[in-house]
Amino acid sequence: MNPTLHSILAFVQTWWVELLCAVLIVLVVPLIAGYLALVERKVMADMPARLGPMRVGPPGLLQPIADALKLLIKEDSIPDNADRFIFWLAPVLSVTAALTSMGAVAFGPWFQAARDINIGLLFVVGVSSLGPIGIVLGGWASNNHYSIIGALRSTAQLISYETTAGFALVSGLLLAGTLNVRAIVEAQRTDHAWYIFLAPVGFSTYLIASIAETNRAPFDLPAAASELVAGYMTEYSGFRWSLYFLAEYANMIVVASVGTTLFLGGWLRPFPNVHWLGWLDAAPTLLLAAVGAYCVFRAGKQPARLQSLVMWAVAFSSFVVSAIFVFASPFSHLPLAKMHDGLYGAFWFLLKVSAYIYIFMWLRFALPRFRFEQLMRLGWHILIPLALVNVVGVAIALALHSEFSWNRWLATFFTTLATLGAAMMLLRWNDKYSAAAALLADSSIAEDLHAG
Amino acid sequence: MLDSVIFYFFAGIAVISAALMVTRRNAIHSAVFLITTLLATAGIFLQLRAEFLFIAQIILYVGGIMVLFIFVIMLVRLDVPLPQIRSGLQKWIALFVALTVGVEAGVVIFLARKAPGQGLLIPNPAPADKLPPNTEELANSLFRSYLLPFEIASVLLLVAMVGAVVMAKKRTEAP
Repeated sequence: MNPTLHSILAFVQTWWVELLCAVLIVLVVPLIAGYLALVERKVMADMPARLGPMRVGPPGLLQPIADALKLLIKEDSIPDNADRFIFWLAPVLSVTAALTSMGAVAFGPWFQAARDINIGLLFVVGVSSLGPIGIVLGGWASNNHYSIIGALRSTAQLISYETTAGFALVSGLLLAGTLNVRAIVEAQRTDHAWYIFLAPVGFSTYLIASIAETNRAPFDLPAAASELVAGYMTEYSGFRWSLYFLAEYANMIVVASVGTTLFLGGWLRPFPNVHWLGWLDAAPTLLLAAVGAYCVFRAGKQPARLQSLVMWAVAFSSFVVSAIFVFASPFSHLPLAKMHDGLYGAFWFLLKVSAYIYIFMWLRFALPRFRFEQLMRLGWHILIPLALVNVVGVAIALALHSEFSWNRWLATFFTTLATLGAAMMLLRWNDKYSAAAALLADSSIAEDLHAG
Repeated sequence: MLDSVIFYFFAGIAVISAALMVTRRNAIHSAVFLITTLLATAGIFLQLRAEFLFIAQIILYVGGIMVLFIFVIMLVRLDVPLPQIRSGLQKWIALFVALTVGVEAGVVIFLARKAPGQGLLIPNPAPADKLPPNTEELANSLFRSYLLPFEIASVLLLVAMVGAVVMAKKRTEAP
């Protein structure tokens, strides 16, 4: 056999799991992004008790596919005075950064493209922070005032909030003692706690900073529709626009995965060490069986014959899959058992990621947008000092635990209380400062008026 | 075999985009090619199994390009033709710097050719699968062996930061 072909085959044989994961990420994430948009529209509709998209597919389930088709056949226009090379490059850069950073995320015990990479979490955070370069370049290349303002806002926002996110991650990494994604999750198993309970302030600051980093409401100033048309993507249409869209949703998945891995226990089930909660291990199977039962129940009531056939098919396949899991779990030597662990892990991981993303959507429709100087004040005056204090607090708690053999929970409780006290003081100082600043601004305006 | 292919791939990209970076007339295009150069250098770090350096390169340098973009957009006037803003002395300074760096590189290569392993410090290659974890090694050498230089450097950076804040502060007269 040809030696080159042989070495390629050997390479594929060694790395087929990783290659499969990489291909799956690139293929499936665009689909997931489309369906996230559908979920977002449904949540948005649900807040004021509307129905949302209902026309395409049974309850609007085929809407993302229709949207994708529409975007692909739309006219792809480039402004005359745009910088064509950079205009082409910018959305590609955003998408590449978002999808590449997903390679080191462990979606389950074995579903990870860059397996056991030593710098795991740093890789995810570092590579995904390249995405805003695409935003800035796109805004600049469009040669449009709204675009450039959106791009500059995005830069300022990223620089301000990346620091907070970094410090919040440090507080979790101090507890885990490693950067390796798998080792972080395993550390939470051996520590008998998700790190959200040991570092609650770290998790809250990370949540806020991650919303700001993905440019989502209430921090969606780079694309604020009421001020900047569409911000940095004003001039983009068709497929290029959909690349930016894909990058935004992929980034949401990335930050949610980082938060889940570090603070919410990754692919572990809730309370992984409590034995009487062991029945939770069966939750994915039970859920599948419940879906099947629901489909059987509803199948007879469908108006069209095709719909009830589809319902029967869904019910049958979910029953088959759940039966496979029930009967495969005792035989741990089968290759199916490994897959079984992986799928269970992926179930819990994706459940937590979905909850995290649901919080994003909930906040988007519940809160009004910040003004830019409010955004900056929140970032620099409150969140960054708070995250710094929190890192010191977690370090003190760890020292108390290891040097003076305090109970871990007691130590973190006291340091969290101290951190919250510091947060209260920060808020009071900030109120005083902003009151003084407002007074100063008023008096200077008055002087200007007087002089004028 | 695979290692050298990867090395020449990244090295080629780094050199070509560095040349493009210098020759572009548009400052934003230069910045884009600077990104490519830095990413290719990060790829070489990865090929050398220095994962932490790889990601530090990406976070610190490529991430720092964001600020460079801001400088270009806000400070450089792209509509002014280049010859007007180029001073006459610049050419000679650039020539001097290029000559110095070229002579340095030449001497290094010459010494390495002349006495392999003596003119330069060439450490023994470690087997790729038995390398100690990169991050931990770096942390140990930074915080155990070289703690004092590390702290001095961080104090220096802090001084620079405070100085920048003081310089940028709005001067208001005492009421």
